Amino acid sequence: MKEIRELYNKRGEKMNQSNLRPPTINLTPKEYKEITQRISPKPKVLKNVIMAFLVGGLICSFGQILINFYMNYTGLSKIAAQMAGTASLILLGALLTGLGVYDKIVKIGGAGGIVPVTGFANSMVSPALEYKREGYVFGVGGKLFTVAGPILVYGIVTSIIVGISYSIINWF
Amino acid sequence: MFYNILPAFIVGGLICVIGQLLMDLTKANITPAHVLVIFVTSGVILGGLGLYEPLVRIGGAGATVPLSGFGNTLAQGAIAGAQEKGFLGAFSGGIEAGAVGIAAAVLFGYLTAVVFNPKG
Repeated sequence: MKEIRELYNKRGEKMNQSNLRPPTINLTPKEYKEITQRISPKPKVLKNVIMAFLVGGLICSFGQILINFYMNYTGLSKIAAQMAGTASLILLGALLTGLGVYDKIVKIGGAGGIVPVTGFANSMVSPALEYKREGYVFGVGGKLFTVAGPILVYGIVTSIIVGISYSIINWF
Repeated sequence: MFYNILPAFIVGGLICVIGQLLMDLTKANITPAHVLVIFVTSGVILGGLGLYEPLVRIGGAGATVPLSGFGNTLAQGAIAGAQEKGFLGAFSGGIEAGAVGIAAAVLFGYLTAVVFNPKG
């Protein structure tokens, strides 16, 4: 109600019974945007940040436990253990997405669930499952790369630029 | 065996906080996909400049598990390839280094999507 009264004031019109209804319907897109922006709740930044820290931290600690395990009990080198740990987390992220659990983790942890490599696995499986009925080629096969595609494109292009820059600098 | 878990928690948590702030505080609609692309690209750039390795030394999995760590792996591979094989290595090195992660993601992602059915 307060928002509507302010709107009338802004337009320089009086707010009374006879013209109460139309202006709320004939909102210009700009006015509508202003009002929804003011009414919609601000995201609870502090709470989101704390949850992202906790969830992201827990996933990374679990990754560290896996890496420690691979180094101490299977005799892998540090780099091989890191790769094995990453692959295990990807498997876990994919499985939890299939079971419908990972979406809840993202709901609780926000970026804490998205940024780790488990979230990368989630970003592949989630659209592939959703569009499964479109078949195994365009559905599963194609949608696996809805988010992973851009990630690989930008990651690989930037890494080639880094490698070439390094070669050029070393040339001189 | 457990001395490196707390640093992983703290570094990993802080990296995720950066992602959360990106989503909450920027005006443009930043989706999770944008966050992941931003993280992998920054990881490659920081890795190329040699600024990501110190973070890996401190945080271990806290720095390698977030997607910026994947970016760093790509950059380190491209640099190592450039050192060994010159320009051709600059092309192949990144993907070679990231091959395990990419292959695991494709295989496990595909199998999960085939076995499970969408919820709801």
